[in-house]
Amino acid sequence: MDMGDEVKVFGSWGSPFSRRVELALLLKGVPYEYIEEDIFVFENKSPLLLQYNPVHKKVPVLLHNGKPIAESLVILEYIEETWKANPILPEDPYDKAMARFWAKFLDDKCLPAIRKAAFSPENEREEAAEEVRDCLKTLESALNGKRFFGGDAIGMVDIAANFVGFWLRIIQEVTGEELLSVEKLPELFKWTEEFVSCSVVKKCLPPKDKVLDVVKARVAPK
Amino acid sequence: MASGEVKVLGTWASQFAMRPRIALNIKSVDYEFIEEKNLLEEKSQLLLQSNPVHKKVPVLFHGDNKPICESLIILQYIDETWSSGPPILPSDPYDRATARFWAAYLDDKWYPAVKSLGIAEGDEAKKTAMAQVEEGVALMEEAFGNCSKGKGFFGGDEIGYLDIAFGSFLGWLRVVEKFNGAKLIDEAKTPGLADWAERLCSHAAVKDVMPDADKLAEFAMIVVAKIRGLGLAAHSL
Repeated sequence: MDMGDEVKVFGSWGSPFSRRVELALLLKGVPYEYIEEDIFVFENKSPLLLQYNPVHKKVPVLLHNGKPIAESLVILEYIEETWKANPILPEDPYDKAMARFWAKFLDDKCLPAIRKAAFSPENEREEAAEEVRDCLKTLESALNGKRFFGGDAIGMVDIAANFVGFWLRIIQEVTGEELLSVEKLPELFKWTEEFVSCSVVKKCLPPKDKVLDVVKARVAPK
Repeated sequence: MASGEVKVLGTWASQFAMRPRIALNIKSVDYEFIEEKNLLEEKSQLLLQSNPVHKKVPVLFHGDNKPICESLIILQYIDETWSSGPPILPSDPYDRATARFWAAYLDDKWYPAVKSLGIAEGDEAKKTAMAQVEEGVALMEEAFGNCSKGKGFFGGDEIGYLDIAFGSFLGWLRVVEKFNGAKLIDEAKTPGLADWAERLCSHAAVKDVMPDADKLAEFAMIVVAKIRGLGLAAHSL
């Protein structure tokens, strides 16, 4: 690791995406400065954030020695390639491809489905919930009896699945929709418990009551 | 490791299926192209079995490995597996991040705008969609300047990841230009990309897999008509 490495993370306390970046840095023992952005009010986004991520204007942004990188999965790959401790991707190209596939699946399919199930008007929620359960069933198959998606230790897919590991349960609590049940998805359920019990993950989760408040405010009343 | 038969399941028109073919050509790896019938006809058993999650092309088969899906992921797999061949991703981690960022932007933000433009009905809808598409092209012109660093391709002297990711859209871009009487990539507005496009399309690794523009335009008309007729959303493509 370079002496005099300057690493900054522009994030938001409640954003699973910026927490992913922090989790990877913590795992690899990389010190960083954290800058909190208010993402709830657009006008409050800092000029620096808009300068570093002009295309998407979103968190997270990783700034490494002054050079910005945006998009959490792109950032995770960069972190993996730059800091070699505690690898988050397997070595074998096929296994790597599979990890990338599942990380993308989480963002392209699982997350939009969960958002719909959480924030759609009440009459649309049941259908959206069914879609989530299908996505999660597919995701569960990637575990294949392992403790984590990454095997014995957490890897990129576990990090990317952080919103399933933590945020999803809060959403379930607020909407009353059963999305990840221990009966129907026992392996994935067990994974969520393993995930949130990891000491490094614990350092990187927002306070539950604050997230609960945010979700409650956004979910349409029953 | 790099041994075993290689096959690519794709369609002649799919820009996504083009990508692994270009990459394999760069690496001088022989492969069999299995042509899936076109996207609006029934999907083959092979496709449904090898990509049950997304049911889309391309799919890469390599030796005894299980199939690999998602074109950008396939590109990285090809680069890492045939690592002694010409590199597809840049070597510097920051340049790699830049290439990945733009490829993701193209697939996640820009291409959906292109699809919207394709099926937009009415002047207002078309104007809005066109503005988004043009904005993306302007961003890519800037990105080209930054990534190429004065050389001929996003990848520098040679075709790389972002050349493949963006270049694969050129055929459809020309169709969009034709249908809308617009110029998206041209000498005046996007000089860097204009030269790049010509260079890319004539490159040995690309020219045989780039679909014929007229054939594509014809196909596009059928696709649009079907989508409008069936009331399908653009994202189902």
